[in-house]
Amino acid sequence: MEKFISFDEIKKSLENRETDCSAIVKYYLQNIQTKAHLNAFVEVYEQSALAQAELINEKIASGKAGRLAGMVIGIKDVLCYDAHEANASSKILQGFESQFTGTAVQRLIDEDAIVIGRLNCDEFGMGSSNENSVHGRVLNAADETRVPGGSSGGSAVAVQANLCTVSLGTDTGGSVRQPAAFTGIVGIKPTYSRVSRWGLIAYASSFDTIGVFSKTVKDNALVMEIMAGHDNFDSTASRKPVPKYSELLHFDKRVKIAYIKETIESPALQPEIKANTLAVLEKLKNEGHQVEEVDFPLLKYTLPTYYILTTAEASSNLSRFDGVKYGYRTPNAHNLESMYKLTRSEGFGEEVKRRIMLGTFVLSASYYDAYFTKAQKVRRMIKESTEDLLNKFDYIIMPTTPSTAFKFGEHSNDPVAMYLEDLFTVQASVSGVPALSIPNGKDKLGLPIGLQIITNSFKEAELYAFANYLSAFNSN
Amino acid sequence: MKIDVNTLKKIAHLARLEFDEAGAEKMTQDMSQILDWVEQLNEVDTQGVEPITTMSSEVNVLREDAVANHLTHEQGLKNAPQRDSDYFRVPKVME
Repeated sequence: MEKFISFDEIKKSLENRETDCSAIVKYYLQNIQTKAHLNAFVEVYEQSALAQAELINEKIASGKAGRLAGMVIGIKDVLCYDAHEANASSKILQGFESQFTGTAVQRLIDEDAIVIGRLNCDEFGMGSSNENSVHGRVLNAADETRVPGGSSGGSAVAVQANLCTVSLGTDTGGSVRQPAAFTGIVGIKPTYSRVSRWGLIAYASSFDTIGVFSKTVKDNALVMEIMAGHDNFDSTASRKPVPKYSELLHFDKRVKIAYIKETIESPALQPEIKANTLAVLEKLKNEGHQVEEVDFPLLKYTLPTYYILTTAEASSNLSRFDGVKYGYRTPNAHNLESMYKLTRSEGFGEEVKRRIMLGTFVLSASYYDAYFTKAQKVRRMIKESTEDLLNKFDYIIMPTTPSTAFKFGEHSNDPVAMYLEDLFTVQASVSGVPALSIPNGKDKLGLPIGLQIITNSFKEAELYAFANYLSAFNSN
Repeated sequence: MKIDVNTLKKIAHLARLEFDEAGAEKMTQDMSQILDWVEQLNEVDTQGVEPITTMSSEVNVLREDAVANHLTHEQGLKNAPQRDSDYFRVPKVME
């Protein structure tokens, strides 16, 4: 069978009766098997995917198929899917079987998407290289000696290597956009609260979003418009109506674009990434758009703000893993307290423990104001400055990452060096605004470069349309 | 901020975690390094700024208080490491 790149191609093949859903699922199953060494999938749902394909074939025959009939998706190992295991790549959730399906996943299934398996990631979404996983590391298909990015590394590689049409990841500080950049695909972090978090194993609840990986902007937009919207099971989920993003991709206006001096002049920025970003800005100017350099002096404070607040929220969220109700329990305890302590010490990995400890510290009575409250104040300042900027400009453009994919182990001994990987992605996370990464050429080693586009809250339609326009002239 | 072993032990107890000697040493170093780095925030003048406490613009989202099907008893206990027919089982609480 020919190679499917986009859902449009799948739909066309289905319409022309050149293929059916069973053949499509088998095509991806074959690819998953051939590329098993990449370690993107934690578990493949071969039987249920094939059974589902048969049902959808019948629906297509009777004209009752949903909008995603023929789409095969993979889901990150932090999303709940009824009667299937979810581990958040952690030993502490080994053997845990979801008893319900999260809203985002359910909405895709309701439109006849087929879930083919769950995907590797950093433990509880904490990491930028997918090296912190009880399931082992994921290899970047562009260069197998390099990381795929994280935390949604498996989700990125599954789309990169054609193991499914589209995948779901989660983005708390860059965990969709950074791996999308490292693997040369499209990845979105929507506005905070745009997609219900019901059924997402929480890391930092005021930052967590569910995002989409795809080969094309259009596929990404279609999946997002189906997942997004109000949900009775998440009181933070926005009630704003969801436009049909995939039908609003036409773009022919002239817009105002800002680029932040502190990003383009960052000493950490790899020269080829700088050159490719500047080249896009130059092209945009030539196309008649208004492009302006702006200062954003708070940029250097986004990462420290992010780490104080996310570790605090994580220490609270992860207190539920105590060995009582689900998952791993130590066999070595002699009383209840030692059961808690040993279960958690044996069940969580190094990075997760480090973040729980930091979060507990910044929330402890003596340090609460100095760290936690201070970070909440700076977060307000960053959010308001970002929104002000986005009231003056339609879009902010910057590199998605300071470097292309790095080697395994390169940052493993220095937590702060690893945290700096998220230098450009955390601004949107701290501010709650949507951001998307698209491919922007390659560096001299042939590794993919990502370009990030940021816009104001709930302007996903504008974000997708502009990304689609940029993707088209980027490939010329 | 330098974290000493005593502070580390207190925080570990609050977080219900335990570290052996080598682990505690490494954790004090990592935490001290990360705290030194986040203390950059002290350079920012936040006089008069209200701390932000919610990121969603939804306010008081309420729904009908209706009886609905949530997890069954059996589903609730399904993933328990140790259980009997009705309850989660844990080690002795009192010696």
